[in-house]
Amino acid sequence: MLVSRPFASLALAALLFALFVGVWQLSSATSPAGEVIVDPEYAALVGAAAATGGKTPFPSPIEVGARILEHFADPFYVRGTNDQGIGIQLAYSLGRVLAGYGFAALVAIPLGFVIGMSPLLYGALNPFIQVLRPISPLAWMPLALYTIKDSSVSSIFVIFICSLWPMLINTAFGVASVRREWLNVARTLECSTLRTAFRVILPAAAPTIMTGMRISIGIAWLVIVAAEMLVGGTGIGYFVWNQWNNLSLSDIVTAILVIGLVGMMLDQLLATATRVVSYQE
Amino acid sequence: MRRPTVSVEGISKRFPGPRGGPPQTVFENVWFGIEGGEFVCLIGHSGCGKTTILNILAGLDRASDGAVVVAGREIDGPSLDRAVIFQSHALLPWLTAEENIAFAVRSRHPDWTRAQIADECRRWIDLVGLSAAAGKKPAQLSGGMKQRVGIARALSVRPKILLMDEPFSALDALTRGMLQDEVNRIVGETKLTAFMITHDVDEAILLADRILLMTNGPNAKIAEVVVNTLPRPRTRHDVHHLPGYAVLRNHILDFLVDRSRRLAETMPTGWDPRRIPEVRPAVPA
Repeated sequence: MLVSRPFASLALAALLFALFVGVWQLSSATSPAGEVIVDPEYAALVGAAAATGGKTPFPSPIEVGARILEHFADPFYVRGTNDQGIGIQLAYSLGRVLAGYGFAALVAIPLGFVIGMSPLLYGALNPFIQVLRPISPLAWMPLALYTIKDSSVSSIFVIFICSLWPMLINTAFGVASVRREWLNVARTLECSTLRTAFRVILPAAAPTIMTGMRISIGIAWLVIVAAEMLVGGTGIGYFVWNQWNNLSLSDIVTAILVIGLVGMMLDQLLATATRVVSYQE
Repeated sequence: MRRPTVSVEGISKRFPGPRGGPPQTVFENVWFGIEGGEFVCLIGHSGCGKTTILNILAGLDRASDGAVVVAGREIDGPSLDRAVIFQSHALLPWLTAEENIAFAVRSRHPDWTRAQIADECRRWIDLVGLSAAAGKKPAQLSGGMKQRVGIARALSVRPKILLMDEPFSALDALTRGMLQDEVNRIVGETKLTAFMITHDVDEAILLADRILLMTNGPNAKIAEVVVNTLPRPRTRHDVHHLPGYAVLRNHILDFLVDRSRRLAETMPTGWDPRRIPEVRPAVPA
């Protein structure tokens, strides 16, 4: 294994970041040289920016940084339905993800357990799982909107359906591949089915189940942004779309950064949980 | 007819043949008995179905034909009265040594309090000399220590019969010897009925009262029963100096090297699977 040098890595990371910001600063600083002369009446009518035909310049790192600080200084303000703090939008998204993901876990883990223990059920349900799994979760959106008739619940349903499969498949696989000798130990000790399930199969399959849960939370966080762009109303995905309509690129960059950070935190949370239940053979 | 404590009555194991061919017979019509308090070893080459016989005795596997009668009752699955020491120790890796034993004690005594179970675990951990390692996970233990936990776990349910499937074969010679002495002592003290599979001739002579010799598979048979007439108590230090040891050892080695293969083809005339000939090589004729 390579010798890890945390300080060197950190220094290099800082250097790369500085380089990235520097290039960004230089490229966004080049403003159009000449003034374009327009009819002042036309400018008054359509707005100065549109009249000059100029594009909204990509914000410089300093502008974005200032915007990020503004957002972080007051993340929970509410000034009407379309103007709410980034913290509130994140809370909406997280709430939907946790609801959909939670329901999916409640369904997938017990169902996966049963499928993993029964080759008959495994064979019977496998074709359905294989067909349903590759479907983009957003393809369910119209059906969800039609049947559920509530956009927020529909996005929760979409999260549910996309988090379901990795957890289901990993649970079934983990349960089915528990070492035969551990099951034999439980049998010679005359353990009941329930005791074997909770004291032997569950801990043996826990690392595999947790890996499925980690994959699922990653997918759910990817999908919620797209789902909220589609259904609108609230949430970080809607926030991104709304700021695109406002042509507020600084806000979009802020949102992208925040989405990444929250996604990383969710992943790390599940990674820690996986470490807790993992064991060394 | 009086039955021994463990009575194996005409068991066979067949697997369906590949692509609808004739079934593969691992062994057929095997009969033997184990008396209460007796230590019986089964010796044979790999592939003769030794482990399958042990698994059938444990109730983990089913015979295609025949039955196993223990204490007058045909067995129908595993039981706490028949403990197994597995070749690969089979400890649960997410539990510490102590928790592995507690899992077994809790199975035997579901109504015991936490303190009672902890006391009982302590007792067995001390008995196998693992006091310092009680809180460690199996991955942190050496092979010998893991098998000690396996032994303590099997004994902690206070079985009537102890079944051992090559329990020391994965250990180095030094550790193996120490554990053999310990098993010898514990089985002697507790008057357990024991059945062990091995391919170590010295181990069999040290531990067993009778040694069953099995021919090569497929269609393996128990060719003869060697009665170990060397006096007890035996220890690793003196057993090979006992008169008759060399004869006994050579007899078994000859069987393993040569006769197990020849007998697999044709058994001598008059050989009856229900009355396997007993030999006493260590007794001068």
